[in-house]
Formats: sequence, C-alpha cells, structure tokens
Amino acid sequence: MTDSKYFTTTKKGEIFELKAELNSDKKEKKKEAVKKVIASMTVGKDVSALFPDVVNCMQTDNLELKKLVYLYLMNYAKSQPDMAIMAVNTFVKDCEDPNPLIRALAVRTMGCIRVDKITEYLCEPLRKCLKDEDPYVRKTAAVCVAKLHDINAQLVEDQGFLDTLKDLISDSNPMVVANAVAALSEIAESHPSSNLLDLNPQSINKLLTALNECTEWGQIFILDCLANYTPKDDREAQSICERVTPRLSHANSAVVLSAVKVLMKFMEMLSKDLDYYGTLLKKLAPPLVTLLSAEPELQYVALRNINLIVQKRPEILKHEMKVFFVKYNDPIYVKLEKLDIMIRLASQANIAQVLAELKEYATEVDVDFVRKAVRAIGRCAIKVEQSAERCVSTLLDLIQTKVNYVVQEAIVVIKDIFRKYPNKYESVIATLCENLDSLDEPEARAAMIWIVGEYAERIDNADELLESFLEGFHDESTQVQLQLLTAIVKLFLKKPTETQELVQQVLSLATQDSDNPDLRDRGYIYWRLLSTDPVAAKEVVLAEKPLISEETDLIEPTLLDELICYIGTLASVYHKPPSAFVEGGRGVVHKSLPPRTASSESTESPETAPAGAPPGEQLDVIPTQGDLLGDLLNLDLGPPVSGPPLATSSVQMGAVDLLGGGLDSLIGAPNFVAPPAATVPANLGAPMGSGLSDLFDLTSGVGTLSGSYVAPKAVWLPAMKAKGLEISGTFTRQVGSISMDLQLTNKALQVMTDFAIQFNRNSFGLAPAAPLQVHAPLSPNQTVEISLPLNTVGSVMKMEPLNNLQVAVKNNIDVFYFSTLYPLHILFVEDGKMDRQMFLATWKDIPNENEAQFQIRDCPLNAEAVSSRLQSSNIFTVAKRNVEGQDMLYQSLKLTNGIWVLAELRVQPGNPSFTDLELSLKCRAPEVSQHVYQAYETILKN
Amino acid sequence: MAGAPDSSLGCGSVCGAVSRDRASLPAFRSFFPAGRKGEKMIHSLFLINCSGDIFLEKHWKSVVSQSVCDYFFEAQEKAVDVENVPPVISTPHHYLISIYRDKLFFVSVIQTEVPPLFVIEFLHRVADTFQDYFGECSEAAIKDNVVIVYELLEEMLDNGFPLATESNILKELIKPPTILRSVVNSITGSSNVGDTLPTGQLSNIPWRRAGVKYTNNEAYFDVVEEIDAIIDKSGSTVFAEIQGVIDACIKLSGMPDLSLSFMNPRLLDDVSFHPCIRFKRWESERVLSFIPPDGNFRLISYRVSSQNLVAIPVYVKHSISFKENSSCGRFDITIGPKQNMGKTIEGITVTVHMPKVVLNMNLTPTQGSYTFDPVTKVLTWDVGKITPQKLPSLKGLVNLQSGAPKPEENPSLNIQFKIQQLAISGLKVNRLDMYGEKYKPFKGVKYVTKAGKFQVRT
Repeated sequence: MTDSKYFTTTKKGEIFELKAELNSDKKEKKKEAVKKVIASMTVGKDVSALFPDVVNCMQTDNLELKKLVYLYLMNYAKSQPDMAIMAVNTFVKDCEDPNPLIRALAVRTMGCIRVDKITEYLCEPLRKCLKDEDPYVRKTAAVCVAKLHDINAQLVEDQGFLDTLKDLISDSNPMVVANAVAALSEIAESHPSSNLLDLNPQSINKLLTALNECTEWGQIFILDCLANYTPKDDREAQSICERVTPRLSHANSAVVLSAVKVLMKFMEMLSKDLDYYGTLLKKLAPPLVTLLSAEPELQYVALRNINLIVQKRPEILKHEMKVFFVKYNDPIYVKLEKLDIMIRLASQANIAQVLAELKEYATEVDVDFVRKAVRAIGRCAIKVEQSAERCVSTLLDLIQTKVNYVVQEAIVVIKDIFRKYPNKYESVIATLCENLDSLDEPEARAAMIWIVGEYAERIDNADELLESFLEGFHDESTQVQLQLLTAIVKLFLKKPTETQELVQQVLSLATQDSDNPDLRDRGYIYWRLLSTDPVAAKEVVLAEKPLISEETDLIEPTLLDELICYIGTLASVYHKPPSAFVEGGRGVVHKSLPPRTASSESTESPETAPAGAPPGEQLDVIPTQGDLLGDLLNLDLGPPVSGPPLATSSVQMGAVDLLGGGLDSLIGAPNFVAPPAATVPANLGAPMGSGLSDLFDLTSGVGTLSGSYVAPKAVWLPAMKAKGLEISGTFTRQVGSISMDLQLTNKALQVMTDFAIQFNRNSFGLAPAAPLQVHAPLSPNQTVEISLPLNTVGSVMKMEPLNNLQVAVKNNIDVFYFSTLYPLHILFVEDGKMDRQMFLATWKDIPNENEAQFQIRDCPLNAEAVSSRLQSSNIFTVAKRNVEGQDMLYQSLKLTNGIWVLAELRVQPGNPSFTDLELSLKCRAPEVSQHVYQAYETILKN
Repeated sequence: MAGAPDSSLGCGSVCGAVSRDRASLPAFRSFFPAGRKGEKMIHSLFLINCSGDIFLEKHWKSVVSQSVCDYFFEAQEKAVDVENVPPVISTPHHYLISIYRDKLFFVSVIQTEVPPLFVIEFLHRVADTFQDYFGECSEAAIKDNVVIVYELLEEMLDNGFPLATESNILKELIKPPTILRSVVNSITGSSNVGDTLPTGQLSNIPWRRAGVKYTNNEAYFDVVEEIDAIIDKSGSTVFAEIQGVIDACIKLSGMPDLSLSFMNPRLLDDVSFHPCIRFKRWESERVLSFIPPDGNFRLISYRVSSQNLVAIPVYVKHSISFKENSSCGRFDITIGPKQNMGKTIEGITVTVHMPKVVLNMNLTPTQGSYTFDPVTKVLTWDVGKITPQKLPSLKGLVNLQSGAPKPEENPSLNIQFKIQQLAISGLKVNRLDMYGEKYKPFKGVKYVTKAGKFQVRT
C-alpha cells in the first residue's frame, strides 16, 4: 500500500468528500483524510477551503496527525488569518508539553505562521522556549526569533529577544550556538546598522570552539560570520586561519568554500614573508581541486569562485592546470568555465599543453564551445608573448579544416594578434585571403577587411578583394560598412594611382546612398580630408595605432577584492557585488579586504601600494594586474557615481594618524574652541567631519574669492596607453569647492561615448561629487573641457605618496587607469586661520620631533607679497614679527580632514642677495609636511 | 554571394550563443523588489520529471506559484540536453538553483543572497535521503511515499536552516517505509513518526544514536578508487588522477571508538573527512580515529593526482576513418591490458558518441556484444573481461549519410572497467583497532578499482 492511493479521486467533488472524512469520528479515517489533503497540497492543488476541518483535527495526541495538521497550517494560515487564530490555543498548550519534540514542533510551526495576530500570542511561549532546559527546543526557538523578526521586527526588539539570542552565543551546546549565529546573521542582514553581531576576540573564540563541534550546516553559518570579522592584527588573523584550515578537509563542499573565503580574506593581513603565508597557500590548492570532482552543479559554482581566486592569487593554482582540462561529457556550463580558467592560468611554462588542449577542443561538436576555444587560442597569443608564434600556427591549422565557424573565429582573433604584434605575422595573410568567400558573419568579415586595409601594401590584389566586398555594400551590417570604408581609404592612401575609382565609389556609397548617420559622417570626413589635405589625411588615417591591452577580461581590482569577500555566495557566481542585487542599496554594506596591519606596514608598503608613483614623477599608468591592491572602485555599477560613498567602511587603519584632530571639525568649525592638541580617537568621524567643514566653507566663505593657485594642465593619460583617449588635467579650489579640470581628447578613429570616472580610495577621501558629464559623444580628434566637482567624503586609505590619486576612466571602448599627484593646497580650507593664542599653545604642544625645516630658494618676494599670495590659497598669516631685520610670518592652515598645520616662515626683505625663504612646519601628522612645503613652493613660485 | 538565408542563419547561431550565455550569466539588474526582508535560504522546492511535469512542490514560507518554473523550462529548452541546464538561473524576483539527479530535477526557489553550494549540497542530501528511505530516488517512489516525503522535507529544513540531515537521526524521527510496517500500521493504527527526541540530535556526536545493539558485530571497509583520465590520440596520458573513497559499513554495538591505520598514509595528502573523524589525530599521526555512525557511510574521500602514481590499466588501439566523398568509413578498436598489476580487468564497456552523419554501423566483435542507437548515435560495446591471449577487438564499416561532408571531429571513447582486489594507488589498510567496547568485532577490507571519467581521444 502506498501513498499514491491518496491521489485517486472520485467523480463526486473531491473537496466535498474530504470534508466528510475529516469530520469522521474514526481516528484512522481522519488521519487518512489529512494525508489525502497533504497529497493534494504536494501537487499544488488548492485545498485551503478545508481549513476549519483540518484545524479541527489538531487536538490530538497522535504525533503524526499533529505534524500533518501543522504542515497544512503552515501552508495556508496566511490566507486564512481569522481561522488561524483558532489554532492558537493548541499551540500555546503544546509549548508546555512535557515532550521536548512537541514543544519544539509547536514553537517552530507558530513561527512559520505569518499572521500578525498569532505573533502576539507567540511571545510568551517563545520566551520560555529560548530558556528551555532541552537544547533541541532552544535551538528551534533561536531560529524562531529570526522568523518573528521577519514578521515584526519592532516586536522582537521590544520584547528583548535579541538580547536573549545574543546570550545563546555562549550556550553550552554547539548546535544552539550555530543556530543563534545563523539567526543573528539573518537579522543583522536586514539591519546592517545594528551592532548585533558584536564580534570581538572573546566571541570569536567561542565561535571557533563551536566550529569544531557543530554540524556541517552550523559550520557554514559560523564561517560566514567569521568572514565578517576584521582581526586586530596579523597575529590574530593567523591564529584564526590556523583554526579554520581543518575545515578545508570537510566532505561538505559548502563548508570548504566558506573556509576558503575566511582564509582568502584574512590572508590579506599576513605578510608574504611569513612562513605561514606560504603554508596557507599550499593548503588552499587541494581542497579547491577536490571540489572539481564533485557533482557538475557543485563544480560550476566552484569554478566560478576559482575564477576569482585565480585572479586574486594566481600562485595558489598555478601548478594545477591539468585539472581544468575539459572532459567531453562535462556539461557545457562546466566546459566554458574551465576554459576561462585555463586561459587565466596559461603561462610560458604550460602553454604547450594548453595549446594542445585548445586545439583538441576546437574539433569538438558543440559550436559554442568550439568558438570559445578558438578565441582562447587568440587570448593565449596575446597573453603569453613567447607562445604567439605557436598560437598563430595552431590557428592556421584550424583554418585549414575549413569548418566555417572555426575559420571565422580564427580570423577575428588573428586580427587581434596583428594589433598586439604588428609586423610579425603578416606572412599568414595569404592563407586568410583564401577563405574570404566563406566568411558570412559580420565580425569575421569586418576583421578580414581590416586586415586587408591595414596591410594593403603587401597584398597585391587588395583592391580586387575590397572591390568584391563593395558589390553588396548595402546588404552588409554597419560594422562591415564602416570597416570597408576605412579600409578602402587606407588602400587609396597607400596606392593612390590604381584605386582612385574605388575610393570615389565607396565615398559616394557611404555619403549619398546610406541612411546611417555614422557611416555618412565618416564618409564626409574622409572625403574632406582627402580633398583638402592628403598629407594630413595620411597622418590621421595611417597613424600608428596603440597596441591592444593584454588582459581586457580581468575583473577590476576593487570589484575583485569585494567579490573575494563574497566567495561562495550568489555574488561570486554572477561576479557582481550584492549591491547590484538589492535595489536602493538598502541593507548593503560594502565589504572590503582588511588592510595590512600597522606592525608590518613599514616593510610591506611597496606591496600595499604598488601603483604609487615615485615623488616628483607626475605620471604613472597603473598596471592592470590582478594583484594590485589599490582599490579602484569598480565601474560596472550603473551610474558612475551615486552620491558620496557610504562612510561605514571608509576609514582604514593606515590612515589613523592622518586624521588626527578630526573631532575639531565635528564640534563645528564656526564655534571652534577646542585646541587640536586634544588627542582624539580619530578614526571615528573624520570623513563626516570634513564634510561638515566643507558645508561651512560654502556658506561662510572666509577665504578670498580669487581662489587658489591653479597649475597648468598636464597630460595624465597619454593616448598611447588608453586606446586613443588622451586626458590632461589639473586641480582647482575656488570658494571652498574643489574640482578637477579635465581635458579629454579623442585621438582614436572611433567615436567615444559613455564616459565615467571613479577614484580609488585615497588619503583624503577625494571623490567625484557628480558623475562625469560628457554630453555629446566625443568624435575623433575632438576635445572637450570638463570641470568635475570633487568632495572629500569618499573612502579613505593612506596612499604612497600621500597625495597620490588613482583614477579609473571608462568609456565605450575600455577602462583605463592612471594615477596623478594632486597639489595639497586644494585641500586647504577657508577657515584655516587660527587664533593667536591658540597658535602659540598649539605650537608648544606639538612635539619638536614633528617639526620639519625646508628652504624655498630664489623667491624674491617681500613679506606682504608672500602673505597675500599664500592667503589666496588659504594659508593664513596669524602674526608677523620683525626679528633682527628679518620678517617672521606665523601661519596656519587646515586640511579638509581637520588636520592643522602651523608654519613659521622667515623672509629677508630688502636683501637682494639673499632670496631664500626658510620654512618650519609643525603638524601632528608630520607626513603631510613634505607636501605642504611643496604647496608653498608651487604657490610662491607661480 | 552572401545570400540572405545564409547570413540570417549565421546570425541565428550567434544569437543562440549569446542568449545561452545570458542564461547562465544574466545581464545584471536588480533582482529583488525593494523592501523585501531577508528570507533566507530555500523558499520552495519543486520536483520535475524529464517530461517537464511538476509532480511535487513544497513551500517553507508562503506559496510560490508554479509559474516560476517557466523560467526553468525556458532554460531547459535552450540547453537542449538535460545535463546542460545551468544550475543557477535568475528570474525577475527569484533565483532558481537546481540539481539533476536520477532523471529528476530538484528546483529550489531562492529569494536572497545565499551560498549556492549550501543549497546544492542540501538538495543532494535530500535526494540521498529519498534514495536511503525508498531504495530509489524516482518519481514513482516519491509519489508512493508523498506523506513521508513531506514529513522529511519539513524535518530537514526549518526557516532555511537545515535541521536534521543525518540519516540516523531522520530515521528515528520518521521511520522508513517497509512492506511489513505499512501492513502493521494499517492494522494497529500506529504511525511511522517517532515520538521521542532522537538521541544523537544534540550530542557532540550527532551522527550516532545511543543504544545500538547487534548480535554479530561487524565492520567492513570498501576502498573504491576511480581513475579519471584523458588519453590522447597517440596513447599518452594528458591527464590522470585517482578519486578514491573509503565507504564503511559498521554494525557495532554501543559506542565503539575505532582507529584505522594505513601502510602508506603518505599517499593521502588531499582528503575530505566525514565529520566523525578527529582531524588533530590525523594531522599528527596519520591515523583515522573516529566513533562511527551506525550503518553505511562514507568515511573519507581522497584524490591522488601526482602523475607517476596513477597507473593506466588499459590501452586502446584505434583507427577510425571516414573517406572523403564516400558514404562509408572504417572503425577498428582493440583493447589490451597495460599496468594492471597482474589482476584481471573485467566489466569493460566502451561507449562512443558517433558523429551525427553516421547512419549505421556494421561491426564484428571478437568477444562481447555491441549495439548502435541510430537516434542518439551512441555505440556501446559490452566487452566483458580481457584475456591477454586474445585481445578483444571490434571492427567493421560505418555507413554515413550520403552526400553529407565527412565529419570533422573524431569521436572520443569512454571506457568503463573494474579491477577487483586492487587499489590502483597502492593504498593499503594496515589495521583496525577498537576501543571503548569489550567484544571482538569481525573486520573486513575490500579493494576495487574502476574507471571514472576515462576517455580516449581518437
């Protein structure tokens, strides 16, 4: 006898019959009837009409019947709230039952009934169950708090359940601890501001102990909770890692991946010189590889995560290439992921193996996979220079197969190889030309036409080839038309005598017979260029093209760092931060990897800021390697900048001493009384404080209207390094507002659109206050001037040098990174004039070792001129003295983050032979002195 | 010459590629309506059979309409093969995380950020439990036991937190169906629901119940190793590793504390353990020390990957060729023993997915029998065991669709085999000691090596 009998029905109204049976006197019949109801439920039939009849069966001492009724209640209580209330009494009674199983069942079911009226009755039983003597009941009750919170958060807080739940973290039973942690994490997720999971070394220790004892699922909750903790130093990080590593050998893959997350995150704090660091790296590889022998669904999730891990720390899996080799019966989603990782791991050492594999894949059956494999060969060529030749010959072999889509993909990637290694592999052009006729996909046709145009001088019959395309010009896609136009113009410039007719033909096709504005515009431009100044035309059209960048497919470093914090979650599968998942950013705190601790900072600084330009050098293009710690905010997130970034995660340890005196500005600049002497827990409110003073600056405008010194624009990003986009710029400060004046020039042949800009975290929290607005698309050779307003409420991270700013600019073509140094005086605020008495007191109070001496050479200005020039850049003269014929100026200035700098400037008037100024600076954060001195020099000398 | 039908064809396949990519990696948008609170974990579960019928649904929160599965069906249609349905699918309001097991899809509905592995592991655990309870995880078995299924699902998950997933505990809470019990139940009116709290549920050894009693105390260990390998055309090994497991069947009374040691524990450097194993002891002494669960369970799984340790027990000589401009080809494969450590290789099966243009095959095996399915184009050759005196071979003609171009790709051969009494890695159990109980148990170890994903490229 099986349950399938419950599905059979008679013709005569099923519900009607069930109703009769439910109300039967016979116990057995009742139970059978409830089973039939449940069976209907399992196939999605609506049996809610039987609600009162089923609830009537609830009062029973038969546990199975009770369970079944509870099952039914959970499904339908929401739709029958008035009826559900009928069940309350039984619930309350069951919560007192001597059998812990029944107590737990009752409190569990009550929590699942999402009806407000019931929740009121739930509070008392729940309170009792949270303190129940039986751990099974306690752990069920812990989960129930989370359920109740979901229905009525206020009620849970008012009733003090959150505190009880926190107490359960110290429970003697590890399962109770795990459930309490799970419940608290869930509640904390919907209340990101609350300080629910107050993690400190003691509670962490408790969690680590519970980790060893609780079930696999509990371990996942605990590990995920641990991952949110930031250890206070590298030693603590190491000790947590040591206790987490045994989890890597767990049979449950979710436990393994959660442990990997904790380790990847805390590793960030460990010095690479440490022996333990190397041990940890070694320990991480086997479990990751083991995940690949699991079921395909698990493999898929694992591979998506490994893709991130390989980008962040390629050294972990660099010897494990072979496990990513594709088996022919892997599901396609696994195959594609493996391929992606293979390319990431490709290096000179293993390229031969990789290529042999890729070639094998290129003859498989699945078209998608074959295409990706061919593309992968091209990516290898671009990534591993030494292999380029072999890749090209592999591609040629593939072209010989004449399989249509293989040939087309191969031609597309060969075009990229030409772009990367110009004048190296042109010998293959002949082979490519043989396949001209078989190309039917626009991308392949366009690639082929590009090749013909680019190398027209080496292809004897280039004109014939291009002419053959011209026949069906109007049937081609825009991509092909544009390429054909350019290619023929190139051809004409290279072989003007034979191709005059052809170029006229294509120009007329493009300008007169086409409806496409892009095509017409380009046609006209060429036409005019050719007719007015053929020499200029040659310079423009045949200009040397920037090389294509090596790895365009890497995830941006900041996004990568954030995603590393989300290993194992959906975010890691989609490679998007959870903020992309939740509308309005509600409840989303950006996670970031912990910074390295102060103790190891001195030795580690070259690594923590690898992108830092040496002082004095204005330009440095950031290498696009994955191990760049500099957090360039990701550009993928919809609108480029949406208001100031959240302040929650913004303050980093490294910046603490920089923020000294942050409290001053908190107190309020107008009534400024407190001397900066007070040592302040600076990491509390500095960004907010500076925001306040910024506001104040705007309203009061103490500073002069003229605004501070503006340096001439310098080239920040040369076109060579940004696929034709040239950026030059400078910084200005006027009436309290900072801006970045940019000049964007399009030196490419392609229209640029969709500009966006983001800054990496920097020492003073500089951030764009508005999106970068380039209103019209930027046509080739066009230049626009933009003034981008900045604020100082962005995330803070100490940079090396201090005034280093890393910028990412995006357009429709790619993302580019550059870094620049900003003059510190743009951060001098308008209310930087200190009271005389205060000045004296502060000067004395700052220890002498914080004093720095500088000389400003060859500055033939008198004290008045110096003073007024400095004042226009918000360096204020507090007092002036004449000592032995020398003018001593006592000056003060304040930075946007509330740091005061005091200065003594010695000027020798009327002595033409002695024009050097002597400057002494005193500041609580002495590292700014050097930059303040540079600001003095720039202001006084220009 | 680029005629309209041609180019539109090309375009179609490009679009196909793009949209499939999108199914697994959707263009991002906001997935959840604003203001929805954190509803953790699995919201609902749908069981779907291969013909696309939803035959069971279970909701842990409110009821979610079956129509959410339409997104799944859409993805399934795109994927063509059932195995290729992406395991994570996003829909405007939910995520669907699914597994494919025993010809059934387990589709779970998720509403918030959640670790997908957690869900996938849990779903596999559900399938394992069904297997354990009903002897098979099939639509018929689930439908026949729908009430137990419902009770199990309720017991396994509470508000998204897995509650009891250990089979020992579940079996105390909900008794598995047996023919005898259902007869007894219907006569006596007793139920299949346990009415006391399972003893293991909250102890520090949740995997073992108290008060276990056997008249014959026995402990058996099966060391099962599977060779995953890719062999290239020329017969050299592209990739090979061993996936090993030790499955245990422990029927011991009381609370036995076991120690299992190996002759060569150094082989095991990449191991996953059952929670019962004391990790510290393994780290320091390389001994597996544990209080076992009662009954069948997987003690450890391990991986041996260093190339020189992985012996390849068989070789295949092959010659598959298709003639240009002719509708036939030749097929000839021979299997022989290689590094088989002197043991007999048995249970050999060769499976080949032939190219689509193959119409039929006319072959002669020297031993065993072969079948060719002209619809799926799968050739299966059931070889049996290898006798070194006369190597098994299969040769003959391949008929191709006339006029079709000769196939570009050469098929890969998938090989299955079995070697009894051998762990190919050389792993050997040294001894098993028992503490904590007085009786003398009967102990046994069995070794077997099998082919895992063993592929030969031609």
